[in-house]
Order: sequence, then C-alpha cells, then structure tokens
Amino acid sequence: MDVLKKVPVREQEPKVRATNFEEVCYGYNLEEAMEEATRCIQCKNPKCVQGCPVSIDIPGFIKAVTDNDIEAAFQVISKYSALPAVCGRVCPQETQCEERCIRGIKGDPVSIGKLERFVADWAREHNIKPEPPKERNGKKVAVIGAGPAGLTCAGDLAKMGYDVTIFEALHEPGGVLVYGIPEFRLPKETVVKKEIENVISLGVKIETNVVIGKSTTIDELMDEEGFDAVFIGSGAGLPKFMGIPGENANGVFSANEYLTRSNLMKAFDKDYDTPIIAGKKVGVVGGGNVAMDAARTALRLGAEVYIVYRRGEEELPARVEEVHHAKEEGIIFKLLTNPKEILVNENGWVSGMRCVEMELGEPDQSGRRRPVEKPDSEFVLELDTVIMSLGTSPNPLISSTTNGLETNKYKCIVADEETGLTSREGVFAGGDAVTGAATVILAMGAGKAAAAGIDKYLKSK
Amino acid sequence: MAGNYSYTITKKEKLSNAIYLMDVKAPRVAKNCYPGQFVIVKMDEKGERIPLTICDYDREAGTVTIVFQALGASTQLMAGYEEGEAFRDFTGPLGHKSELIDMPREELSKLKILFVAGGVGAAPVYPQVKWMKENGYDVDCIIGARNKDLIILEDRMKEMVENLYITTDDGSYGFKGNVNDCIKDLVNNQGKQYDLVIAIGPMIMMKFVCILTKELGIRTIVSMNPVMVDGTGMCGACRLTIGNEVKFACVDGPEFDGHLVNFDEAMKRLQMYKTEEGKVTLRQREGATHHHPGCGCHDENEEK
Ligand SMILES: Cc1cc2nc3c(=O)[nH]c(=O)nc-3n(C[C@H](O)[C@H](O)[C@H](O)COP(=O)(O)OP(=O)(O)OC[C@H]3O[C@@H](n4cnc5c(N)ncnc54)[C@H](O)[C@@H]3O)c2cc1C
Ligand SMILES: Cc1cc2nc3c(=O)[nH]c(=O)nc-3n(C[C@H](O)[C@H](O)[C@H](O)COP(=O)(O)OP(=O)(O)OC[C@H]3O[C@@H](n4cnc5c(N)ncnc54)[C@H](O)[C@@H]3O)c2cc1C
Ligand code: SF4
Ligand code: SF4
Ligand code: FES
Repeated sequence: MDVLKKVPVREQEPKVRATNFEEVCYGYNLEEAMEEATRCIQCKNPKCVQGCPVSIDIPGFIKAVTDNDIEAAFQVISKYSALPAVCGRVCPQETQCEERCIRGIKGDPVSIGKLERFVADWAREHNIKPEPPKERNGKKVAVIGAGPAGLTCAGDLAKMGYDVTIFEALHEPGGVLVYGIPEFRLPKETVVKKEIENVISLGVKIETNVVIGKSTTIDELMDEEGFDAVFIGSGAGLPKFMGIPGENANGVFSANEYLTRSNLMKAFDKDYDTPIIAGKKVGVVGGGNVAMDAARTALRLGAEVYIVYRRGEEELPARVEEVHHAKEEGIIFKLLTNPKEILVNENGWVSGMRCVEMELGEPDQSGRRRPVEKPDSEFVLELDTVIMSLGTSPNPLISSTTNGLETNKYKCIVADEETGLTSREGVFAGGDAVTGAATVILAMGAGKAAAAGIDKYLKSK
Repeated sequence: MAGNYSYTITKKEKLSNAIYLMDVKAPRVAKNCYPGQFVIVKMDEKGERIPLTICDYDREAGTVTIVFQALGASTQLMAGYEEGEAFRDFTGPLGHKSELIDMPREELSKLKILFVAGGVGAAPVYPQVKWMKENGYDVDCIIGARNKDLIILEDRMKEMVENLYITTDDGSYGFKGNVNDCIKDLVNNQGKQYDLVIAIGPMIMMKFVCILTKELGIRTIVSMNPVMVDGTGMCGACRLTIGNEVKFACVDGPEFDGHLVNFDEAMKRLQMYKTEEGKVTLRQREGATHHHPGCGCHDENEEK
C-alpha cells in the first residue's frame, strides 16, 4: 500500500449511471475503510478538526475504525453531527476537513468524508441509533424548517432535554436534502429518511404542512402555544432569473422547480403523479452544484445537456468531484458563454438560446476575473428546454410577518454568528436563511451554535 | 385510499356534473385563513400538490371548504374520495388575503364593488362576498357559466348578495350572454356605477373582463391560478408578468391588478402540463365549444 495515496472508492460506471437514478458512489466496505483509517497519523493537534464546521473529533472516530469498533466510531460522530451519512456524501470535504489534513501536505489527505459515510452507513445497516437524552427539562422550543440547520438545532436541543417541535412547510422533512439534491447523490429512503428518523428518535416532533408566517406566526407560537424560544432555519428562498427576453416561455424552469419535481415529487418515477418536462436538448445556465444536479438529472431523464456558464472552468463554483462526474457522464460544457435571449417558437415553447462568447478581463470585487463579451461572437444553441440555476434570494414569508426581526440589505435575517440570536428576544436563526445559499455543513454548524445559544438563553431566563 | 391520514373529509357534496364541494378538517388552516387565500392538497403518497382556493371556513369546527372541478387525472381521483376518508397533506393558508380585508373601513364603505364569478370561480368569490356581508357592506355579483348546470353555489350566494345576477351563454338560465354582456348591460342600460370589479374565473374570462373594465375605467382585481409546485415561493413555477415585473403568484398573489397582468403569457404557461387525457375528457363532455374564440365564458373547463 502506498501511504501517500488514498484507498480509491468504487463508483458506478459513467455510461450505466447516466441512465439511472441509483447512487453514483458506492462508498467503502469495512476492509477498505479500515485500510484508509490506518493512514491517519492521529495528530495531537489535529488540523482537520479545525476545518470541520461542527468540529467532529475526526482522529477519535478514525481510531475506532482502525480498532474495528464501528459502533463506537458512530457514537463519537453522533456527539457532533446528526446527519453523518448526509455530510459524508455532500460536504465539500476538499475545502474543509480534508484540506487541512496533515497527510495532504505530501500526498492525498485522509478520505475523512468517505470514512464518515462508511461509519454512518454501517450504523444504519446495523440499526445503531444515537443515544437518547437522559432527562427532559420541560421547556419548549419551536424550530422552523426541517432542513440541515433545523434538524441539527432540534437534535442538539433534544439531547439537552428540551421539548422540541419542528414546523415544516412542505409535506416531507429534509429541506434541500429532499427537494434539491438528487437521489443519485443522496438516496432519500435509505439515507436521508433514516437520519431524520434518528433525530425523531431523540424525541423531536416534526409537524409538516405548517407554513410559518401563514398557518401561524412566530408571535403565536410564543404567546399562544407556549414556546420559550424559536429557531428559524427556513433556507434560501426564491429562485433568481436573468431578466432576458423569452424567460417566461414554456420550457424554461428554475433549477428549484426542475429538481423539486424530480426529487421531492419523484416525477422521474412513473408511479408518481407529478409531471415533468424532461426535454430532449436541455441548456442549464449556471455553474454551481445546483446547476450540476439539474444537468445530471436532465441527462438521466434522457436529454442531451449543455452547461452554459459565463466564466471559465477554474471559476466553476461547483465541487470538483461534481464537475468531474458530470463530464464523465457526458454533459457538454459551454464555458465562457452567456445567454442573451431565449428564442421562442410560435406555440410559445423554447426553440433555442442566443448566446455570446465571453473572455476574462480584469478581476472584479470578488477577485475573480470579470467576463466580458467577445465582439461578434453571437451564436444560437438549439434547445427545447432551459433550466435557470442562478441562485436564490431570501423568502420574505417569515421576516414580513414577525415584528422586530431585523434583515440586512440582502434581506437575509440578521443573527449573531456565535449564538444565532436575532434582533428579537428568544428568536434565533441560522443556515441559508441567514447566510444566503451555502452548504449543508455550514447550516448544521449554525444550527448547532444556535442550540447552544438557546440553551444558554433559557438557562439564564 | 384513506391511509392513516389526518385531514379528514367531513362533508362531500356534488354541486354539478363534475364540480364537488368538500369540508376538510384542518384546524391550523381554519384558524388563520382569510378570503382570497388558497391551500395545497396532496391526496396520498404519490399524489401531486394541487392548489385550490379556500371557499369557506369554520374556525370553530376547524374545517376548510374547497370546491373543485374534476378535470384531469388528479382532480378526478379527488372526486372519488368520500366523507370520512382523509387526505395525506393539506397546507395553508397560502398567498395573500383579499385586499378588502385590510382596507380602512371608511374607504371600503365608499366603494361600489361588483364581483364577477365565472364557472368554478364562484367558489373563490363566495368567501369574499360573505365577508363583505358579515361586515355590513353591500356588493353586486354576477355568476356566469355556459349553461344552467354549471351555475354553482347560487343559494349560498343569494344569502350574501342583494343584487345577484345570473347569466348563461345559452340563455338556459338568467340573463343570456357571457359575463361581459352582463357587465355592459348593468353599466350601460341599468345605470350602475362601480369603483372596483373583482373578477375570478377561467383566465380567458378574466382577460376579457379586464379589457372591458379598462375601457370602462374601472379598477379590476383578478385571482391568478398558474401552475404551482410548492406554493411557498421556492420553485418559481408560478411566475407571471405583472406590469414589467416578474411576480410569483403563490407569495405575491394570487390576486393582482388585472389591468397589469400579461394574460396571453399566463394562458400559454398554463397549458404546459395539460394532459391529453384532460383535454379529451373536456372535448367529450363539452363538445367543441371550448374553443369558442374571443368570448368570456367558454373556457371554464380549460382553466380554473
Ligand atoms: C440542488 C442543490 C444542491 C446542493 N448541493 C450541495 C452539496 O453538494 N453540498 C453542500 O454542502 N451543499 C449543497 N447545497 C446547499 C445546501 O443544501 C444548503 O446550503 C442547505 O440545505 C441549507 O440548509 P438550511 O437548513 O439552512 O435550509 P434548507 O435545506 O433550505 O431547509 C429549509 C427548510 O425550511 C422550510 N421552510 C421554509 N420556509 C418555511 C416557513 N415559512 N415555515 C416552515 N418551514 C419553512 C423549507 O421547506 C425547508 O424544508 C445544495 C443546494 C441545492 C439547492
Ligand atoms: C391558486 C390556485 C387556486 C386554484 N383554485 C381552484 C379551485 O378553487 N377549484 C378548482 O377546481 N381548481 C382550482 N385551481 C386549479 C387546479 O389546481 C387545477 O385544476 C388542477 O391542478 C388540475 O389538475 P388535474 O391533474 O386534474 O388536471 P389536468 O388538466 O390533467 O392537468 C395536468 C397538470 O397541469 C397542471 N395544471 C393544469 N391546470 C392547472 C391550473 N389551472 N392550475 C394549476 N395547475 C394546473 C397540474 O400540474 C396538473 O397536473 C387553482 C389553481 C391555483 C394555482
Ligand atoms: S462533517 Fe463535513 S467537514 Fe466535518 S468531518 Fe465530516 S465531511 Fe468533514
Ligand atoms: S489531520 Fe489528517 S492525519 Fe491528522 S488527525 Fe486529522 S485526519 Fe488524521
Ligand atoms: S409555486 Fe413554487 S414559487 Fe410559487
């Protein structure tokens, strides 16, 4: 074994997986995991832990893996994270824990994410649950939104003995984990649902179909339903569009709509009633994780797919692994290309997209080189479907119905980074609702910090 | 079909050939809903999320009334549910309440309002006229449909509205003509004056009412029913062009200033997921009349 190289992980063949919704990556088996675990040198001052937003005791759980005590490894991770099987799959490990790993200075870093995933999958298959709380303290906390931020906050508070209810607007808990990230990256029944069940097994109640700001308000929850504190983890919000002509034509979707139809409503499965217009030639505008997910979903539904992104390959905001997977599967990248107009046929459906080529000019405020149009480079990409993946802007449902809840100029809720406290007493917030679209683990980190903040607040009251 | 679900149907009534009314137990919705808002119903595990306007509510009993037309696969399936059975999901209230509810009383008492309901549009109009009546304001109301069989909620409406006008295209009941003919008759021949029209029905009807009221110089509010998925402002499916802006019907609406709505775009978008089976049923039931050009009332089965 070459200690400088990580144990490779098995994946589904690109050609085969491009036609199904089964998981791309198979993960490690016990043997592979134990072998990879031996690469960790058990640093006294582990840098990896500093790179993890929820500070998982990484050498601790890896040690247990080398000892072949996977149950112990799971209990170590569970102290810090409620969704390890999720994070092991979708965390951008390469820029977090693994980026700091000492092994990475010379050779590959330890595959911390894949090990975490292995431990969580093993625990699930062996029906190991996180340890439930010992005592209840009788205090009630309401959590708004059952995404990673809300689930983490609820799980942590339940472990401390609080009586927690999550209110979720949709008919399923999970947030982006169920409606955004596709099945082939994050299986819903086997992984997401099971980790949510683990949170419920800690005593957390989840009430679905409750839209805070509409079905009830934060004020009612506190004044009438007796909640002592509230955590807002309501996510990122409304999809953005470009404002170019033709954008409301039939066949133009936001990535959120396309993915929600396929993931949450399971439109890819004929047994389910919700329709989806898969498209034959699909253009996805954008270069983030969301764009990759939409593109790879369209591909699996049978389309030829283009990613249209105005900057270059290096600037793609998506995870390297996702870009790599997308390319392997046959997604065509039209980089340094910007849409100008969506062309519409006489029946009101998309027929193509007029684009212009770009080149990189001077760096802008974000430090990235600003793309500028190349003169006389317009061309038409023939398409029947366009998916806009340009990010989101905050949903006003909660901020507009809660007195005294401060938002910033981007309309995100203002909350203290350490405690999650907002401008309203007893009301805390975290995750995408505060930061704008970010990552699962950052949302979880914020949920965790807020759980501690709420605990401190309620103890001092 | 019922499963172990909690949103129980406490009452079911057939209002016409293919239009049904149901009272559904949903205490959280019943407690905080207002006229103008809607709910999303998901019948079972595999069902769609179906948006339906709130037709009435009983805060004490914790029930909400919905009225729907059995058209395509989903609404036909819904028509098969009986009293005592239950839906898996029932979310709401969604969207804004009617602007009348929060209008200063002084201003409201000065307004002469005409409600115009086309086809199933009578359902969303009903809670608004009821609210007006209960708060002591008189309004006029037109209910229009293609023929007598498609006129719904007439008795309930009568209790709430002093001046109720019924109109049918074929003259089988009430005034003969579409709702626009009826509005013209009221304004031109009967000397009626209105400050505000609230028109709810098929998009094509709302479009033509708006063209007329623009000519007449009467401000007009319409309730839009585009394709929706989540209904909470997350997916963007329900986007409309209002004036020069893109708006999301589920969070910014569903009621808008009708004179600013781009109806042609909205009607095209509404066709996006129309199933063949929905269109066939329609043709069988209604003959070829639903392609009648230019008129206000012929498309209720196509739209609402
Ligand atoms: C397609 C896609 C792919 C992504 N891929 C990755 C990835 O690979 N790795 C990664 O780390 N991150 C990824 N992200 C980002 C990540 O998913 C989010 O940053 C994370 O889910 C944010 O968590 P959250 O709990 O703040 O919000 P969300 O996950 O958005 O959850 C918010 C929840 O609150 C509910 N809610 C909203 N308003 C209300 C209300 N008024 N009342 C009640 N409930 C309400 C929503 O329905 C939702 O369930 C991706 C995002 C998308 C869209
Ligand atoms: C805010 C709002 C309020 C509504 N209120 C009512 C009401 O009170 N009573 C009533 O009968 N109907 C109402 N509708 C319309 C109702 O939701 C549709 O008739 C229903 O979704 C059609 O489903 P289907 O499968 O039976 O029909 P099909 O004709 O087979 O439709 C196929 C698909 O198209 C989409 N679709 C078709 N028509 C509509 C439509 N008008 N609105 C949204 N999506 C559509 C759905 O995704 C559906 O799966 C309302 C719609 C909205 C948006
Ligand atoms: S949660 Fe994410 S960042 Fe933390 S150890 Fe796991 S993979 Fe790394
Ligand atoms: S930095 Fe790398 S080698 Fe060191 S403890 Fe963390 S995972 Fe192990
Ligand atoms: S229905 Fe999804 S944003 Fe309105």
